Amino acid sequence: MSEAIVVSNLVVRYENVLALDGASLTASSGEALGIVGPNGSGKSTLLKTIAGLLPPASGSVCVLGKEPRELPPGTIAYVPQIEAVDWSFPATVWDVVAMGRFPRLGLFRRFGNEDRKAVRRALAQLRMEDLAGRHISALSGGQQQRAFVARAIAQEPRVLLLDEPTTGVDEQTEESLREVVRELVAAGLPVLMATHDLDRANDWFDRLVVIDRRVIAIGTPDEVAKSGAYAGIREHTHTHGHMRTDR
Amino acid sequence: MIEHLIVPFHYAFMQRAFLTAVLVGILCATMGTYVILRKLAFIGDGIAHASFAGIVIAYLRGTNFYLGAGIVAVITALGIGFVHRRGKISLDTTIGVLFTGAFALGIFLMSRQRTYSVDLQSFLFGDILSVGSQDVIMIVALALVVGIVTALLFRSLLYTSFDPVVAQASGMNANAIEYVLLVLIALTIIISLQAVGIILVAALLVTPAAAAYQLTNRFAPMMALSAVFGAFCAVGGLYLSYYLASASGATIVLVATVLFFAAVGGKQARLAIARRA
Repeated sequence: MSEAIVVSNLVVRYENVLALDGASLTASSGEALGIVGPNGSGKSTLLKTIAGLLPPASGSVCVLGKEPRELPPGTIAYVPQIEAVDWSFPATVWDVVAMGRFPRLGLFRRFGNEDRKAVRRALAQLRMEDLAGRHISALSGGQQQRAFVARAIAQEPRVLLLDEPTTGVDEQTEESLREVVRELVAAGLPVLMATHDLDRANDWFDRLVVIDRRVIAIGTPDEVAKSGAYAGIREHTHTHGHMRTDR
Repeated sequence: MIEHLIVPFHYAFMQRAFLTAVLVGILCATMGTYVILRKLAFIGDGIAHASFAGIVIAYLRGTNFYLGAGIVAVITALGIGFVHRRGKISLDTTIGVLFTGAFALGIFLMSRQRTYSVDLQSFLFGDILSVGSQDVIMIVALALVVGIVTALLFRSLLYTSFDPVVAQASGMNANAIEYVLLVLIALTIIISLQAVGIILVAALLVTPAAAAYQLTNRFAPMMALSAVFGAFCAVGGLYLSYYLASASGATIVLVATVLFFAAVGGKQARLAIARRA
């Protein structure tokens, strides 16, 4: 296992808010790393910075040996927490998933058979084949989430970043997302995923990192549970009353 | 009937006018697809108004119309892009202040000339019958540039129009693509100014694409249908203006407006039938 993602002493600011204050962690190829922490702890900021969407104020992010913006197109796939897209945009599920192929095609290559196959595979992995022709405005919340994960899979990225993909989705969607994550990890990808759901952490993740603007604890889910950092977060999460039904 | 369609082509200036109308109709409608989906209609209007200052300066100095208007329009488009990304002032405020200011500067400079009223009108409302052979060459060349760049960037423009954040994360440069799009829109506006004028060019950018949006729910068909609508409105409007002796730019825009309401009606009718079935 090599270190695919190295974050050192990362500080990220929005205007005058300090979102991350010296976070350091690594993630390996073939590892699912769960990121947990209270609301406002910097989970989304961490993922966005690794995706190259936010510049570090200080410290560094290194993905596969390079700065995120230096990587070849299509390397990182990122699924944001809330897709702020216009749902009336003229696009079907197929069209959205096909976009995952665009970065690697560049300006001159044609969208060919291989690309169509990758789209079909991604749709199959998320059990969406029968929805391919449906307009995106006619999807349920869980189906929308699956379409965006399918787009990330179709991209055939080398790094996958997911921001709370299971928040507010049905159990079937959650299970197919978990299967997809485990398949990608088995194929050797590093997968980083922010989550509030700690109950099944062992089924999802190889390691968990607890953050609150910096890293509070990191280790296997059991180690983190024993450290006590887990319990504090758990309480915090529950009192914040998330959409999901806690089991 | 056929004779009525052929008669206008007896005149060289009408041939040039038709060629210009078709190019302008197709180009505006194609770029209009992005204008609609990215909600840039106000920006298109702003660029058109601001370019007036460039036109007047070029006119007073006796330099090329396209050069003057083009430089100002492109600078304006890039400026908006910059304000849009970095500015603390909201976009509509910026457009409201700067573009009307640039427009006023154009009128100010123009009003100090003796031939003021006649020329001002042709700039504001366009005069497609005055398109000369030199202009046609310029229009065709610019249309080719816009067409080729748009074709190359087709997927990038589509992805960043729909989901700029995720496109950016996957390695596309959403900012650079937006700047290029704004320049393409600026060039499209410049190409269209002689045909429909500053005031009406925004309609040609928005209306055919808006009509197509009513009737399709996928991107490529929307763009294709919009281009067909754009060409149809331009040619239909030009014929009508020939026989009604009306202003060509205004007639073209009115045909587009009627088409838009027909498309809205068509969509409502289709929904009503679907509900009953």
